[in-house]
Amino acid sequence: MRILKTAAIAAMTAWLTAGTAVAEPKPGGELVIASSQVPRHFNGAVQSGIATAVASTQIFASPLRFDDQWNPQPYLARSWEVAPDGLSVTLHLVENAVFHDGKPVTSEDVAFSIGVIKANHPFQTMLAPVDTVETPDAHTVVIRLSKPHPALLLAMSPPLMPILPKHIYGDGQDVKSHPANLAPVGSGPFKLTEYKQGEYFVLEKFDKYFMPGRPYLDRIVTRIVPDENNRLIMLERGETGMLSYVSGVREIMRMKKMDNVEATAKGYDAIGPINWLAFNTGKPPLDNVKVRKAIAHAVDRGFILDKLMGGTATPALTPIMPGTPFYTDDVERYPYDPAAAEALLDEAGFPKKDDGSRFTLTIDYIPNSNDQQRNLAEYIRPQLAKVGITVVVRAAPDFPTWAQRVGSHDFDLTMDQVFNWADPVIGVDRTYLSSNIRKGIIWSNTQQYKNARVDEILAQAASEMDVEKRKALYAEFQKIVVDEVPILYVNAIPYHSAFDKRLRNTPTTIWGPSSPMDEMYWDK
Amino acid sequence: MTIAFGLLRRILNACLLLAIVVTLNFTLIHAAPGDPAEVIAGEMGGATAEILAEIRARYGLDQPFTVQLGAYFGRIIQGDFGYSFYFNEPVLSLILQRLPATLLLVSAALGLSVIVGVVMGVISARRPRHIFSHIVTAISLAGYSAPVFWTGLMLLLLFASLWPIFPTSGMSRVAASYGPFGYVLDVAHHLILPAATLAIVYVAQYSRLSRTAMIDALDADYVRTARAKGLGEGRVVFKHALRNALIPVVTVVGLQFGQLFAGAVLVETVYAWPGMGRLVYESILRRDYPTLLGVLFFSAVLVMAVNILTDLVYRLIDPRIRTGG
Repeated sequence: MRILKTAAIAAMTAWLTAGTAVAEPKPGGELVIASSQVPRHFNGAVQSGIATAVASTQIFASPLRFDDQWNPQPYLARSWEVAPDGLSVTLHLVENAVFHDGKPVTSEDVAFSIGVIKANHPFQTMLAPVDTVETPDAHTVVIRLSKPHPALLLAMSPPLMPILPKHIYGDGQDVKSHPANLAPVGSGPFKLTEYKQGEYFVLEKFDKYFMPGRPYLDRIVTRIVPDENNRLIMLERGETGMLSYVSGVREIMRMKKMDNVEATAKGYDAIGPINWLAFNTGKPPLDNVKVRKAIAHAVDRGFILDKLMGGTATPALTPIMPGTPFYTDDVERYPYDPAAAEALLDEAGFPKKDDGSRFTLTIDYIPNSNDQQRNLAEYIRPQLAKVGITVVVRAAPDFPTWAQRVGSHDFDLTMDQVFNWADPVIGVDRTYLSSNIRKGIIWSNTQQYKNARVDEILAQAASEMDVEKRKALYAEFQKIVVDEVPILYVNAIPYHSAFDKRLRNTPTTIWGPSSPMDEMYWDK
Repeated sequence: MTIAFGLLRRILNACLLLAIVVTLNFTLIHAAPGDPAEVIAGEMGGATAEILAEIRARYGLDQPFTVQLGAYFGRIIQGDFGYSFYFNEPVLSLILQRLPATLLLVSAALGLSVIVGVVMGVISARRPRHIFSHIVTAISLAGYSAPVFWTGLMLLLLFASLWPIFPTSGMSRVAASYGPFGYVLDVAHHLILPAATLAIVYVAQYSRLSRTAMIDALDADYVRTARAKGLGEGRVVFKHALRNALIPVVTVVGLQFGQLFAGAVLVETVYAWPGMGRLVYESILRRDYPTLLGVLFFSAVLVMAVNILTDLVYRLIDPRIRTGG
């Protein structure tokens, strides 16, 4: 009887909770975000990176947005068609969208923005196939392509394609240093009303936002707090309702223990952040694939994930992130096997010398990210010593020093963090295309990896519109690259967000915190 | 006449020194490995060679070193400190936004540590073997030995987390609506923890310094004379002994101003205090040469100005001291 009663109460509670979940959003209230990063400016059309993206996606609307299943959703474009030959995409814009200064958003603005992004954004492959943009009427945009471009819809996402007002940015000044970048005018849910350099910036609800009823929050205040302990204390005290892009193991664990906070790893699918060990394949002995395979067998990635990362991170096996449409785990796993590593090194012609060492390598890492970078480099050193490889850890005092070394191919091994950016065409190809071996540029093919078949596959997949065929191509690509080990993939960077438990509709789409927060509201 | 002339000489000397400082800074920064263009490219998420070349050309990074240095001097003389390629703002406006916060923090910390330190020093000098004197020594040594960032974190944990009576970060509540008086109170509330953190380190030095100087002074002939004249103990201690004992304290204040600037970098980071210290830190990480040079320039000017000021204060306290004459 008592059990029945409990069950009834439980069912009742479940029903009631379900009832509140679909309840009407409550408008009003202020959200304080604590951020570690100072944005250079607010114009995501010419600047990638988290600091700008989180703000830029609130200020500027984009043609499309995405849900948590990688499906495109209408945004400034209420509908769109891709031509059967894949050579053009037509957007039909909503008619009620206006910029924060009251001027309507037209096809001219979209065409202008695409031009600006194509010319200025660091992701050159993102819009490279775009030939011309036509504007047959004020609310129709036809994008003509030199070849089919399957990544185009994702390239129209909020963090990648903010629609800028042509009447402001089209004045002939350089867009990269345009004064409006610090006083942006967009058509997104919030407008920037106050910016205190290095201190905070305030986003106020835009009352003429084109999506009816939204946004629900009145204000979003982003406070720049460089110290991580301080950010966590703010979260504990309820002074901030949201932290995002947290990757420190201790911080994640502390956030998970807080009663007033919901910590989640959802929302980072499109960013696709991988932590990896890269090899300079242009330099002996690492030009020998057996040596690279040996190192892969000598590093215990299970230990790294369980112990160094405390179970917060998930493994990465290939250049493409798990949880994305083109991922396959049908690849070589390189299980931890020091004996196999030693055998491979002997085979490669590097026998142990009298002092027990076969050869010496250096390992670099990106400074200021201890849990994901420094600790792994420090751990890899004694691991490789066990199989006779002497490793010297080269600390860099700051990011520029590291970037200079790796960019100019002056390294043996380095830890690195690289993002997928939603589609392989945007964020993966750059690391493996032999045409992208460019000295002096960080996050190009700094491994100096060359494989004609890989070049061919990536070129084909970049203009293949059939999803299944693309999947097959990327599966082959992943198999080859993992087999040749220019890079040993270690883990998905365990980015977590923390939200005050009274917040609803927190941003957990594929773009997570870098997507418009116009649906979020306070239930208090 | 001599004062004015001495001052002029000191200022001219300072200008020469400043030119040397600027040249040194410029050389050192350019000698460091790492290319600012790559940092910008990195922050943008990687870039093509064309974009890199364009960035270098835009900020003059492709010019020979001597040309860059000469151009820099030319611009400084006109009051143009360049454009921060990281923050996308003129360096001068960045510094002017951040300078008041740091000056407030540093002078509050300095004031606090001098007052507390001297009071502690005087009390313990009056009774060197009293238990209070030993406690003061112990506490001040502990404060002196602990690293600034650790003290900061501990104060933060105590007064912002466990017993939350102070705000954790920032300089004021964001966009709060209150009158000017309310604003002052709010800033003061935010100032207490960071200023105390910075002050704790220096209290030890001032208390020990003023204690020794006081003990010496209380032993001196003129104090004995003053006592013999039948002056009250208060007058003897404060008017005669303390005044002389303060001279070494003033010297150290002048010298420590520069060190406080250094300490401010850590304190400002822990407490998200929007001052120059953080600007330095951020611009070092980003190889933002113009900002870094600008901040170093202003810090040098401030330290020199304080040194000149210290000399003037000397003369006020002790007319026997002649400076620059």
